Amino acid sequence: MSDDPRFGLRRSVTLPGPLRLDGGVLFSPVDIAYETYGTLNDDASNAILVCHALTGDQHLASEHPVTGKPGWWARMVGPGKPIDTNRWFVICSNVLGSCLGSSGPATINPATGQPWGMHFPVITIRDMVRAQAMLLDHLGIDRLFAVVGGSMGGMQALSWAATFPERVRAAVVIASAARHSAQNIAFHEVGRQAIMADPKWRGGAYYEAQDPPAAGLAVARMAAHITYLSEAGLTAKFGRKLQGRESKTFGFDADFQVESYLRHQGLAFVDRFDANSYLYITRALDYFDLAEEHGGLLANAFRQSQARFCVVSFDTDWLYPTAESRSIAHALNAAGAPASFVELSSPFGHDAFLLESPELDRVIGGFLAAGERA
Amino acid sequence: MTLRPDLAIIAHHVDRGARILDVGCGDGALMAALRDDRGCDARGLELEPTNVAAAVGRGLSVIQGDADTDLADYPDDSFDYAILSQTLQTTRRPDWVLEQLLRIGRHAFVSFPNFAHWRVRASLLVGGRMPVTRLLPIAWYATPNIHHVTVDDFRALVKERGIAIEGAWFLSGDQQTGSGLANLLAEHAVFLLRHDR
Repeated sequence: MSDDPRFGLRRSVTLPGPLRLDGGVLFSPVDIAYETYGTLNDDASNAILVCHALTGDQHLASEHPVTGKPGWWARMVGPGKPIDTNRWFVICSNVLGSCLGSSGPATINPATGQPWGMHFPVITIRDMVRAQAMLLDHLGIDRLFAVVGGSMGGMQALSWAATFPERVRAAVVIASAARHSAQNIAFHEVGRQAIMADPKWRGGAYYEAQDPPAAGLAVARMAAHITYLSEAGLTAKFGRKLQGRESKTFGFDADFQVESYLRHQGLAFVDRFDANSYLYITRALDYFDLAEEHGGLLANAFRQSQARFCVVSFDTDWLYPTAESRSIAHALNAAGAPASFVELSSPFGHDAFLLESPELDRVIGGFLAAGERA
Repeated sequence: MTLRPDLAIIAHHVDRGARILDVGCGDGALMAALRDDRGCDARGLELEPTNVAAAVGRGLSVIQGDADTDLADYPDDSFDYAILSQTLQTTRRPDWVLEQLLRIGRHAFVSFPNFAHWRVRASLLVGGRMPVTRLLPIAWYATPNIHHVTVDDFRALVKERGIAIEGAWFLSGDQQTGSGLANLLAEHAVFLLRHDR
């Protein structure tokens, strides 16, 4: 099976679809870029789908083609790691609407021969999940051993359990939420307005000129990046320290280290991400409200589910605070689902799920291994 | 793995295949035994994150939360047994917690250290100080036990609340002791309860 061209790093597939989107559009064809790790067993029962976050991608544990950095969860996924690729066949696909090879605003609209731009249909988290389900059909995987995700990836994991209850045996939801709060939407709107206020955005039709709204996208990233960190973490890392100078300049240079850091984050981001994709994916996040899709009661989302659930939050995460995870745990309890929930301690805020955390490793590793015994 | 004696009594008297909620489940030792030896579907509630992580790491379903508040979120009669071992005396409202256990579970197991054991009495009578014994090893200012209770206090409370005692076991050291002088001789008590309704 190892020489099957469907499996391996840097794969992509064009599926005929059509994919019926929540917004009513029948979308086709559907391009999906993905990677797989490990070996699918004979009865295709050892597949774990890992879902990435807003600006993540399919390069889960392999070198990123643009930045050259290790995959975003290389510390979690690999031989002998908590998501052990010696035991499990791990899949990660670029979400619909993103810009690393899956269909999105930067890909070509076959009807016009031009990039979609703002003619790309608005998508939802559930649409991303439906596209992933099409990919699993293509890979010959009927039922997932587990679906795992942090942040927006956790929302996909929840949506998987709710949308395809018969296809999910376990779901791991880390630093996530079952809906976007007013504050979450507000921060995203700041980012979107920064992009759209950049004259280079040109209503989204900037591809031909090859001159994207980098300044706007960088500002969007800077604002969002603050929400990924904790106040204490920022203080510990930067405090009020000055950047490469002895005293304040009485000007508007990046006097403070934290300013310099954020500017760097913004600039590095525009090299690897498409501004329109940022608009579409933040919109999908803002539209996410799993209870709303199920008559207003979150527990109803899990009534058909056969899955075990593991929900993890971090105490300094103020983007998706513990209360959000706790409400998921309550709903799972009310639905009678086998569910675990734990709030872990970390100084790193929302980003903690990507960083070194032995307790997170133990929880995920133990939770997944327990599914093999069952 | 050997269970603590009060947990062993509980494990021995739970029906096979029962649905269990272990409130204050610690690292999940009892839950694991019930799952592995008696085929139970066990769920847990635990306050301490490191304990939850340990329990989840052994494949158990445990929710981090506080018995004093979070029991209200569980539906009526959703478990065959609700278990509260060595936790009653640490809750802010033991009577409320007890009512919740019997609302959530058709039966409840409750175990607690008996504050009327003769050693505790002697320590208070002779020394005039809050007892620090083998059973209650922590000084008054640091102990998590904020509602000390005796066997007779507990019997009075369940009688007042119309709760039926379906079973009672008393421990002195690792040995079971009789029910007659339990309030004096038992270090630990384990009760199996059911609501009369």
